[in-house]
Amino acid sequence: MAGKAIKGKTLKLGDNISTDLITPGRYAHLRSNLPELAKHVLEDADPEFAAKVQPGDILVAGRNFGLGSSREHAPVVIKMSGINAILVKSVARIFFRNAINQGMPVLICDTDKIAAGDEVEINPDKGIIVNTTTGAVLSCGKIPPLMSAILDEGGLISYIQKHGDFVL
Amino acid sequence: MSNKGQTLAEKILNFKSPGVSAGDIAIADIDLAFVQDTTGPLTMRQFNNSGFQYVANPEKTIIFLDHAAPSPNRQLSNDHLFLRQFAREKGIALSEVGNGVCHQLVAENFACPGDVIVGSDSHTVTAGALGAFATGMGSSDIAVAMALGKTWLRVPESFLISLKGTFPRGVYAKDLILHLIGLLGADGATYKALEFNGEALTDITMSQRLTIANMAVEAGAKVGLFPSDEVTRQFLAAQGRADHFRPLVPDADATYERTIAMDLSQLMPTVSLPHTVDNTCAVHEIKGTKVQQAFIGTCTNGRLDDLEIAAGILEGKKTHLSTRLLIAPASRRVLKEAISKGYIPTLLEAGAIILPPGCAACLGLHQGILGDGEACISTANRNFRGRMGNPEGLVYLASPATVAASALRGEITDPREVL
Repeated sequence: MAGKAIKGKTLKLGDNISTDLITPGRYAHLRSNLPELAKHVLEDADPEFAAKVQPGDILVAGRNFGLGSSREHAPVVIKMSGINAILVKSVARIFFRNAINQGMPVLICDTDKIAAGDEVEINPDKGIIVNTTTGAVLSCGKIPPLMSAILDEGGLISYIQKHGDFVL
Repeated sequence: MSNKGQTLAEKILNFKSPGVSAGDIAIADIDLAFVQDTTGPLTMRQFNNSGFQYVANPEKTIIFLDHAAPSPNRQLSNDHLFLRQFAREKGIALSEVGNGVCHQLVAENFACPGDVIVGSDSHTVTAGALGAFATGMGSSDIAVAMALGKTWLRVPESFLISLKGTFPRGVYAKDLILHLIGLLGADGATYKALEFNGEALTDITMSQRLTIANMAVEAGAKVGLFPSDEVTRQFLAAQGRADHFRPLVPDADATYERTIAMDLSQLMPTVSLPHTVDNTCAVHEIKGTKVQQAFIGTCTNGRLDDLEIAAGILEGKKTHLSTRLLIAPASRRVLKEAISKGYIPTLLEAGAIILPPGCAACLGLHQGILGDGEACISTANRNFRGRMGNPEGLVYLASPATVAASALRGEITDPREVL
């Protein structure tokens, strides 16, 4: 994954953050107006989220992040909010695919070791996350090769534009 | 090809990518790719952004207008216009408002045993009831699947759900799958295939299989698969698609990561409490909880047998004064048959509101949004906070019988008390 470390301050959420919490169905009429949709990012999980998040922040959450709907708008609005990476204990499969397809890294680690506001440095290639606030070093799973290649291109559409097909 | 016994998932993906087994990446030709109206516009924009001009297999690509049906506002109406124009330009089929929920229409008209089906809707897994490897993806994946006619899939490991016994009175497929999700947890089968088999299968109808496969994703699963057997053959024949039948069973020596045995005769009417699907208990444990809305419909439980059960409970009776009962048949065909069999007149007499075939109240964009503090008991598949249009609403999930019984009493009711 280009070997680039990702550094940032963390915002933290809990377990089971569903796509309905990330971008609720009641805003379905805004899905063709992404800047308006993005104003409501994670509103039902944390009404202050959109106001708090800063460009370059890292989103930290618990188990089964992104469960539910296949709406790719979920990683889209998270990305539009300025988040650069997502760290979770586990991730639902459709969300995982969608996030990678949008060029958003999602890494699995023990997020109990990260508090809201901690600064972290993610080294995806090494499979290591350093909590620079506490000094803790966490291991994170690596992203599988094909998905890593898609991520390297910034998402699935750019990947397909470049390669014209899936390259195994 | 390896000599190792194959699960259903491995068997189907081997048709497309010979030699693969669990853990491998398969590149699979797509038998059907579809979108619905809340994920379709982004899919088509991604398709256009990618620079592709043509859909690889227009005859295997469908746009369904079902989530906002009919549209409640200008923006979603404009999304429909965009999708209709895209369909015309690319020569692909579009299922209009009022025809029904995509997954029901895919089961009735398109899904075949052994197919690989991808849709930009998480409940695409429903078609696993017919022995199709059917899974939900996002807009970029479907855009690329439409353009290339193929996709990549990690071949999943499988959990065998071995079923025996028969359902007791008042217990249905919905209770089985809710119980199983409670057992596994909402992420208990993440990335896995749930494969249903066992001696009980011959008694589990296609409609019940669709209910079960539909909710596989609520345990995190990639697919929920049934073998293709006599039940499948008869269902396809009844839809005028007898020639689409092929038998499909896993090998006797297939490898399963986990086996869960379930005895249908031991199950009870089950309910999911707010706000996660795996938060299950027996209906009698929460009986008496007041509900202001009851909803029967969706890709999970909006079929003819579901309406028949509800009509049977409500015949000659009235719904409770404090509870509105919404009915949304899953397809136009279901609605027509429910009218001709007298279920719709019975439900109307009982006080029900009949909504057009489509997703209706399920996902909170129209037709039954909850007020602050209101509770709905629903036959749908999700009860996440905010799901029915209001984060201050409460959603309970149950079988059509439990929902009908609860509509009758105005509070959550064990259907065995009214059957």
